[in-house]
Amino acid sequence: MGDKTDVWQGTLALMVLKTLETLGPIHGYGIARRIEQTSGNLLSLNYGTLYPALLKLEQEGYISSEWGLSENNRKAKFYKLTRAGRKQLEREARDWEQATAILARFLSPAEEA
Amino acid sequence: MRKLRALWMRLVGMFGGAADEEFAAELDGHLAMHIEDGMRAGLSAEEARRQAMIRLGGLEQAKIAYRERQRLPWFETLWQDLRFGLRMLAKSPGFTIVAVLTLGLGIGANTALFSVVNGVLLNPLPYPHPEELVTVHASKPNFSEGSISYPNFRDWQRDNKTLAALAVARGTGYSLTGMGDAEEMRAELVSSDFFTLLGVKPVIGRLFAPHEDEIGREPLVIISEGFWQRKFGSRPDALGKVLTLDGRNYTIVGVLPSHFDLRINNFHAADLYVPIGQFRNPALTARPAGLGIHGIARLKPGVTIQQAQDDMLRVSEQLEKMYPEADRGIRAKLVPFQYAMVRDVRPLLLILMGAVGFVLLIACVNIANLLLVRSNVRAQEFAVRSALGASHTRLLRQLLTESLMLSLTGGLLGLLLASWGTKAMLHLLPQQLPRAAEVHMSGAVLGFTLVISVASGTLFGLMPCFKVFRQSLQDTLKDGGRGVGATRAGAQNWLVVFQMATTLVLLVGAGLMIRSLAKLSEVNTGFRPQGVLTFGLQPSSAMIGASPEAARAYLREANARIAAVPGVDAVSFSWAALPMQSDDEQLFWLDGEPKPQSQNAMHWAIRYIVEPGYLKAMGIPLLKGRFLAASDDAHAPRTVVIDEVFAQKFFGNEDPIGKRVFLEQFENEPATVVGVVGHVNQWGLDNDAVNPLRAESYQAMMQLPEQQLGLVLMGMDVVVHSRYSGDASFQSIHNAVTQMNHEQVVYNPETMESVIADTLAGRRFTMILLAVFAGTALLLAGIGMYGVISYLVAQRAREIGVRMALGADRRDVFRWVLTRGGRLAVFGAVTGILAALALTQVIARFSSLLYGVHAYDPWTMAGVTLLMMVVALAACYLPARRATRIDPMQVLRSE
Repeated sequence: MGDKTDVWQGTLALMVLKTLETLGPIHGYGIARRIEQTSGNLLSLNYGTLYPALLKLEQEGYISSEWGLSENNRKAKFYKLTRAGRKQLEREARDWEQATAILARFLSPAEEA
Repeated sequence: MRKLRALWMRLVGMFGGAADEEFAAELDGHLAMHIEDGMRAGLSAEEARRQAMIRLGGLEQAKIAYRERQRLPWFETLWQDLRFGLRMLAKSPGFTIVAVLTLGLGIGANTALFSVVNGVLLNPLPYPHPEELVTVHASKPNFSEGSISYPNFRDWQRDNKTLAALAVARGTGYSLTGMGDAEEMRAELVSSDFFTLLGVKPVIGRLFAPHEDEIGREPLVIISEGFWQRKFGSRPDALGKVLTLDGRNYTIVGVLPSHFDLRINNFHAADLYVPIGQFRNPALTARPAGLGIHGIARLKPGVTIQQAQDDMLRVSEQLEKMYPEADRGIRAKLVPFQYAMVRDVRPLLLILMGAVGFVLLIACVNIANLLLVRSNVRAQEFAVRSALGASHTRLLRQLLTESLMLSLTGGLLGLLLASWGTKAMLHLLPQQLPRAAEVHMSGAVLGFTLVISVASGTLFGLMPCFKVFRQSLQDTLKDGGRGVGATRAGAQNWLVVFQMATTLVLLVGAGLMIRSLAKLSEVNTGFRPQGVLTFGLQPSSAMIGASPEAARAYLREANARIAAVPGVDAVSFSWAALPMQSDDEQLFWLDGEPKPQSQNAMHWAIRYIVEPGYLKAMGIPLLKGRFLAASDDAHAPRTVVIDEVFAQKFFGNEDPIGKRVFLEQFENEPATVVGVVGHVNQWGLDNDAVNPLRAESYQAMMQLPEQQLGLVLMGMDVVVHSRYSGDASFQSIHNAVTQMNHEQVVYNPETMESVIADTLAGRRFTMILLAVFAGTALLLAGIGMYGVISYLVAQRAREIGVRMALGADRRDVFRWVLTRGGRLAVFGAVTGILAALALTQVIARFSSLLYGVHAYDPWTMAGVTLLMMVVALAACYLPARRATRIDPMQVLRSE
């Protein structure tokens, strides 16, 4: 596990929102697995921190939750994106892309110069 | 917005009990799925479970993290503190009740006074741009704020360059007829700009237009909303209707809103407003006349009051050049509006505010003292908590939460007390306080209460905290919470000294006020106020313009009718001055003096125009010669009666009887002095002795010339002496007068006793409040002293026991305790006397509240110090008795 990276502060919410946009309503465990898979198993997610993050998003009104049945007929809480969450996702994704683009310029070899 | 929503959800989350189980279920599902996945990947059930738990990072940790996000942790701590504090306070209900009551009283008194100060002194006036408003007067050699004559008003209005508008007003009265019984109405004569300048808008109709206030214009009237409702049922068709006032018809043009309640200069919002040009006094057009007309003005935007004052001085000086005789020494004088309204009560209110602040301070100190005692008891508890790892901040928070709970509860109680107390206070002081209607519980008042509650809670809460933290943990734990060294009582001692000193300051203030009032009640009024009733009489409007013979006949008949009323044994009409109620001056020169060139060079005396019955009605002693008699009529030579001050001032040791004086209005017909009477207190008990104008003169009403007789018939005062009570007499007089002619009105009855009481109302108000505050302070200081000495006795019980075992007398012990208390009291008294000496100087300098006593009055100082020492020793008595009952054997055994 030593070669895996911890999830950076503040990016977890964005990942959750994006996951929910892609997969639609899904339970917490599904979100966690999806995040790990998408990162090519490079990210190590502490599952215990996922739930407070989900709660925060719900308190802020970006996602909503309801109880349902999982694929194995198990009771689970399903999360889905709200309209406000969709907007927030767009906003955060844009900010993030901008930030990484700027950083990329700094880090890439200075060809233009 | 999102943050706020999240905060709200978390706040709500604190009370949702099911949330924990719900999350537990969610976690169960999570783990089950994870384990299934692990087993599917080929792990044993146990290994899969282990892996799942590792990835979760601990079940409890996950739950804690979730719970912290779900709720507000700091709020939970606060909630804990509150519940714990509540338990602690409930455990000692005696302490809690005393503390809350003390604080409630202290905060309530402060809130009540602040709501008065806020409404009267701080709130801006309810007019647009109130800072531009000023009052305008004519300063004259004898009056710094004298009345403005109508011609000068017009010239000032025209020639000034700095005023946006200048208006004048003067009070008057009309008898209203043609709408049921004749009624005496108070009215204000105003110039056209008066309401426009203030920014007052009519409810319906219009205000007076420019030039409508000039002499000789059509009679118009603006009525109040109250009058409109009473007489016209608020129907809009009142506009254009006609009111018959003193027999003339005035057309209603507008209605003023009921919230217009201005009281400034002599102006006082009335039911009727009439243009000043309708004033039927022939002296209106006279430039030197003083008719009680005062002005208000609005400065042009950006003009300072100083610039306006300079400009108006320029205008007055120009007029003096044009009219050197009439306008000699007359200068316009501007006074800021709000200051003019409140200057009389400002020092009084500020002194009371200071006093009540002291009371709260003493209350805080008292509670701090109680808390200190408790903190000694609780030292053990805090030591244990510290030892278990509670940080100082955590303990501080706990202590502050407790004291703030106390002070906020006290504040709430205070608010209740204040809402009731403010009303009671305004009731005590009915007509003295300007802007009283604007006093109410406002946001500012609530804010003030909150701030002083929190401030006092912090103040008395922090004091014990410092002490608790200074204590060494080990010592306290070892000591078992029993004894905290005697040296640590130092803080408490200082608090008691402080309390005693502050209380003494308040006692001195109250004592000086009581002494002033006592001195005032000893002041000789110069007349017998008992049984004297005064009221206004307005003859029917048919008498206006009557011949002098008819007028005199009317006066004789009316006098006889009133004299015939049962119980009435003396009656006199009065015009011009009336002691303590209205004033009027007579200008004159003595026989043998050349006629002075101007009014200012003449002598002045107060002028009473009365009938022969006056002396008996008022009970004024006759010192020499005779009083005015029925024979002093229109055909007899002109006579005048003077008072002893007049006689002393103008005739010295010569016999004044038979001397002649030239009264200004009868310069060809000198009047002969026929008698000397005792001096009557004209200017009120507190002011008469210092007023420069004290000489008094009496003239017979029947000797008035025709023109002035006509004015008398437009309204005069009546003075009667009756064996019956004021109300009953007035009712029978009212019946008799109405029987004579139902169009004439009697109004505004006042007994001389109540007039005298009113002149002292302001002082009495201050005295009562100061005495209440000082009494409260004394009680609190007594409790404080009791607490400290009791504590001392409890702490030293062992020492006392040992001493007694070694042979100390019970009396020695008793004396020892009293000495301890006495030393504190003496310390407090000395500090208090020094502080009081400084503070009363301020009171004496900035207000006229003291009468006949020095700010350092030794009797007061000695008296209140004695009182305080007695209370202090009485407070020590019980603990001292308790000390003597200590059983040495028991103490020694318990060691």
